[in-house]
Amino acid sequence: MSEIQHTGAEEDVTHAPHVEGETVEVRHGMFGADGTGDTSGYGGLVRPVQLPGGTARPYGGWFDEAADRLADLVPSYDQAVERVVVDRDEVTFHVHRDHLVGVVQAFRDDPALRFEMCMGVSGAHYPHETGRELHAVYPLMSITHNRRVRLEVTCPDDDPHVPSIVSLHPGNDWHERETFDFFGIVFDGHPGLTRIEMPDDWPGHPQRKDYPLGGIPVEYKGAQIPPPDERRAYS
Amino acid sequence: MTDTTDATNATTGTPRETTEGTVYTVTGQDWDSLTEGLGEAAEERIVVNMGPQHPSTHGVLRLILELDGETVTECRLGIGYLHTGIEKNCEYRTWTQGVTFVTRMDYLAPLFNEYAYVRGIERLLDIEDQIPERANVIRVMMMELNRISSHLVALATGGMELGALTPMTFGFRERELVLDVFEMITGLRMNHAYIRPGGVSQDLPNGAVDKVRDLLKLMPKRLSDMENLLIGNAIWMGRTVGVGYLDLTGCMALGITGPILRATGLPHDLRKSQPYAGYETYEFDVPTETTCDAYGRFLIRIREMKESLKIVEQCLDRLQPGPVMIEDKKIAWPAQLALGGDGLGNSLDHIKHIMGQSMEALIHHFKLVTEGFRVPAGQVYTAIESPRGEMGVHLVSDGGTRPYRVHFRDPSFNNLQSAPAMSEGSMVADVIAAIASIDPVMGGVDR
Repeated sequence: MSEIQHTGAEEDVTHAPHVEGETVEVRHGMFGADGTGDTSGYGGLVRPVQLPGGTARPYGGWFDEAADRLADLVPSYDQAVERVVVDRDEVTFHVHRDHLVGVVQAFRDDPALRFEMCMGVSGAHYPHETGRELHAVYPLMSITHNRRVRLEVTCPDDDPHVPSIVSLHPGNDWHERETFDFFGIVFDGHPGLTRIEMPDDWPGHPQRKDYPLGGIPVEYKGAQIPPPDERRAYS
Repeated sequence: MTDTTDATNATTGTPRETTEGTVYTVTGQDWDSLTEGLGEAAEERIVVNMGPQHPSTHGVLRLILELDGETVTECRLGIGYLHTGIEKNCEYRTWTQGVTFVTRMDYLAPLFNEYAYVRGIERLLDIEDQIPERANVIRVMMMELNRISSHLVALATGGMELGALTPMTFGFRERELVLDVFEMITGLRMNHAYIRPGGVSQDLPNGAVDKVRDLLKLMPKRLSDMENLLIGNAIWMGRTVGVGYLDLTGCMALGITGPILRATGLPHDLRKSQPYAGYETYEFDVPTETTCDAYGRFLIRIREMKESLKIVEQCLDRLQPGPVMIEDKKIAWPAQLALGGDGLGNSLDHIKHIMGQSMEALIHHFKLVTEGFRVPAGQVYTAIESPRGEMGVHLVSDGGTRPYRVHFRDPSFNNLQSAPAMSEGSMVADVIAAIASIDPVMGGVDR
């Protein structure tokens, strides 16, 4: 969780200032080669990878309005919304999982917010973020106001539970099953959380980062080409 | 079954003499409790597996229907038979290579998959406003042609499933006209990998504009042939009017978009409400119906094809010579393709340029092709209006040359959930009509 800081100039409101993002990974070198194999001279490069961090107010446009309204509706707003990220003209509310259902309900039911449609849920696995490895991302859409927001919820790998919002958005039924299938996030309260794409007896959750892609080497004109996950990755 | 003589025979179990010989009635032990346990309603209740291999399930879709007579009391769907792990595979390829994968998801709308994905990359790179005008016009033109070909298949297969075989042959014949245009422009009938980050892979070849103009002349007549067969047709209306009913409330709750939503009277179309690729500058209408049924969805598809023809015509009028790939050499795919004596390859002009004239161009070519470009870390959700509704793409970049996460919110996947709401309580035959009106493409559902 990054600390909210205000940049000095108060008048600078055109672009909401970014606070330092959290480092998700540190990369070394450049061409995917290590040690003596790297003759490029770039082997000593160190690049931390940072996802955009929390944004300080004002967020710009209608984002402030929506955040204020949400703060009025959700009792413990500061605990419910861990931070707000404004990036590339899109707003993401990072919601604590205990408050997810309340926040989604407020977004859906309040006339000023009225995000009446939930466009599913997508998972993401960040093995480097200890204690919040699994993320569930909900894109909400308001046809009434023609707006979009995104909610992001995290849960640790050893307690992969997130409350289900199928009671509020029945259309999320299959989406939550898919995210469970691929990431192993258990959506508590889902009416029938079973696998949907993989066979019922499949072991593991294939879209986690620690799940191998698999593949076999192929021969092309006499040369062996390794499977995609063993080829050189240019970080 | 509560007839007194039957009951007497069953309890006494005494043999009866008939002209054929002695008849024994089996009684005793737990037979009685078994037959009583079944109850009265149960004898008509059967569970039918329809699919996954069934011509009227639109590909490998499995329907598990619980029937009471011919009435569907419960409908469940089994999917996953076409899951190919495209999202996972994208994480092991460069951003540009991903186009080749995603085009294969919803195989009837490949250009929409490509554009939805490419738009996400362009927003992550913050180059959305640097795309050349000509590239955007070509993109819109190709997407609208694709909308026509996709709707034609929806009507063709939908007609076939309800026994209307002439619309099927008409639909596939007309679709082939569109695919011929695609083949000429992209080199492939399907799975084009044509829309690339920064533009399109290839400028229009000589004669392409004329070919599209010919199509624009021919298509309206062909479309009216098709609609004359079906609009107002008593059999077609008998099978589709009032069938597969889903109202606005149901659509909102289930996240339904596309023709199903517009058949409830709500003119929600992302091309109008959240325009992209310059759609705000084209003139077209968003057709709606208020019937909430399969017939209304059919009418909307017919009218959307005509609107698409209008947009394609406007595209042709505003095509100006110019680049079809972004200026930025760190992102733009370097080469154009050319057909040589030994098949399709890099154009000889390009080879001459990088091998004989510009060292910098050679480096850019080498770096882009082997390594790809880096995309600043962050995440986006971009959505476009595909023929089936909102096609959303959730992309996460960790700042590398490969996507960290690619997720497609495919409209077929979401909309297929409405099949039970549309068909429970109706006849088995109406399930087919309802699913045909959803127009699911299993490649997109399972990905």
